[in-house]
Amino acid sequence: MNRVFKKFFCLISIFLTLILAGCGGQTSSKATNKISVWHWMTDRQEAFKNLAEKYEAKTGIKVSFELYAPSDAYSQKVRAAAQGDTLPDIFGILGEKRDFASYIKAGRILDLTPYMEADLGLWRKEFFAKALAVNEFAEGNSYGIKTGVYGVPIDVMTIQMVYNKDLFKELGLNPNKPPATFQELIEIGKKIKQAGKQGLVSGWGEVWMVDCLANNYAFNIMGKDKVLATIKGQVPYTDPDWIKVLSLFKEMQESGVLSSGLVTMVNKTAEQLFANGKAVFAFNGSWCVNVYKGMNPGLNYGAMLPPKASDKFPMAIWGGAGSSFMVNATSTNKEEVVKFLKWLTEKEQQVYLAEATNNLPSNKDSLAKVSPILAQFAGAMDYSTHPNVWGVSEFPAVIEALDKGIQSIIIGEKSPEQVATAVQKIKERELNKKRN
Amino acid sequence: MKIKSTLENYLFVIPAVAIFAVFYIIPFIWVFRLGMYEWDGISLTKTFVGLGNFKEVIFNDPSWWQAMWNAGYITLIALTFQNILAFLLAWACDREIKAKNFYRVIFFIPPVLSEIVVGMVWRFIINDIDGANIINRSLTGMGLGQFAHSWLNDPKSALTTVALVHSWKGFGWGFLIFLAGLQTIPRELYEAAKVDGANAWTSFKNITIPLMVPVVVLVAILTVLGTMQAFVLIIGLVGGEFAGHTSVPVLRILASMRGSSRFGYACAQGISFGVILIAISFIQYRFSKKSKA
Repeated sequence: MNRVFKKFFCLISIFLTLILAGCGGQTSSKATNKISVWHWMTDRQEAFKNLAEKYEAKTGIKVSFELYAPSDAYSQKVRAAAQGDTLPDIFGILGEKRDFASYIKAGRILDLTPYMEADLGLWRKEFFAKALAVNEFAEGNSYGIKTGVYGVPIDVMTIQMVYNKDLFKELGLNPNKPPATFQELIEIGKKIKQAGKQGLVSGWGEVWMVDCLANNYAFNIMGKDKVLATIKGQVPYTDPDWIKVLSLFKEMQESGVLSSGLVTMVNKTAEQLFANGKAVFAFNGSWCVNVYKGMNPGLNYGAMLPPKASDKFPMAIWGGAGSSFMVNATSTNKEEVVKFLKWLTEKEQQVYLAEATNNLPSNKDSLAKVSPILAQFAGAMDYSTHPNVWGVSEFPAVIEALDKGIQSIIIGEKSPEQVATAVQKIKERELNKKRN
Repeated sequence: MKIKSTLENYLFVIPAVAIFAVFYIIPFIWVFRLGMYEWDGISLTKTFVGLGNFKEVIFNDPSWWQAMWNAGYITLIALTFQNILAFLLAWACDREIKAKNFYRVIFFIPPVLSEIVVGMVWRFIINDIDGANIINRSLTGMGLGQFAHSWLNDPKSALTTVALVHSWKGFGWGFLIFLAGLQTIPRELYEAAKVDGANAWTSFKNITIPLMVPVVVLVAILTVLGTMQAFVLIIGLVGGEFAGHTSVPVLRILASMRGSSRFGYACAQGISFGVILIAISFIQYRFSKKSKA
């Protein structure tokens, strides 16, 4: 019996030792000469590592960039780390502003306002205003967050359409004159259909990109105020302007503007199709420049705004900060971390990142050395907006219903009116839940 | 002495029970508890809603039941087409045929492949836009061009296509278990039946099938549990929920966690799903006990 007990306790001890060893501690560096950064940008890991070596040579502080991709997996990792209090010194928040607000309320993100405002706002003035706006909470915001800046943009982006100039020539179109109006786009769609080619490709199997284009046209057709009023519940989704927005997708599908299989397409597939010259149009972000360069350096294409469906209001595209970094509020290295981010967003480092990764810099002074195609994306920044700067967020269930509804319109299952009714029903349900 | 012996037995069971409690029972209770809160997974505070989330899942979420229906459809294809195929192939490999060892290896390759790889490879094989379009080309080559179709991009055929690819990936497990079951049937029974004048079909009907019932039930339970939880293959094949047509419960749970940031609701969905699977398994088990009796 004694031997049995001895064996048993031996086993239990080993078991408990293994469990305790597996329990992680805080990931943010306790030592002041080390900074940990978690990111999701697969195209920038090499460039980040080079910058980290440069910074270590300059300051003696070791910066560790850890890549976790794809972005969905990264978001989950950050969320789990926040729950387990194991966030690194620097990380990013992907997704909606309400998630950003939740992290701030949970005490996970440092308020950078004092650093931004120091020296008469020297650091703040380096950035494009729209890039900073995505990381700011304005006074009286609906999230209940104290006014201030909580993130640092490390690049900017716009999401637009791109078109293949060689395929334009094949269709008998002027490659330097992309469609400026929705009607022109529809006419081109008919030519695409006749020629048996593929029209617009995009990752609409991932739904958020559908939401993006729908919002762009919503702004163009009804203006920003009415879109925000809809989000606030003051205008129903059954309003004729919303039906018009939804009808645009039906028109695009019927005319041949949209490629087949769009609703099950992930963005990587769309990028491959466009890069290989198999699609006339694509709807993608400015990060695509680096992607297309890697897939097909000889691709002859241009960027364009989504063709406007109305002259009443300007076309709006999503843009602003592309990727941003936040500082862990519980980091023991806060001052060093902020110093590193200041260095990372200086002109020299931003020029290097823009050249190495073909992404638009967040530093205004670094824009001179971007490629012509990237400059086309940058030129559209004046038209940019972003849900994260509107001050209000739509209910996730409503966004999901709208995006899936548009997918249903594209596959010919539902009419714009049916989708509008279904979305409004969900909106009313969510509003009732909020009131109760 | 008897007490000592009993204690000794329990001593060796305790670690397993402890592991089961720590990694299954306690998390189940914890997730159930989280399901009673409205929580975004990040905030330090949660709002207690009682059984509100569970009520919403059961009575007020049509997309959840659409997902359950889709998963049920894929499971039905798996229970019939997949398992019948697995059984027939196992039966063939149990007999004295040429290269049976080679077939045993080949048939077990699909289950060991990664689901996302299988999804992406089959998407390449099937898809007419961004793939090799092999199936449609084969149909056209055989003079059956009228059946060529956009299998993954048509809402009417997407789910069935997913179910068939899932069956291709999954039949290897059933094949292995059926083969093991067939090999436990004493050969003497077949020889005795042969001596008594039984033909192959009679032997199959009166010996093989009755003795394989427990194995069939086991495979059925494993098929239901595994197939109802499928989702990675769907992401590889069609990118996601395809306007609800390829939506399955796990994708709905992920959408609640990631898209809606409703962790509490996702937990309620998970618990509800778990309870349904336990109920189905229990019914299958009771059915098998009755069949034995």
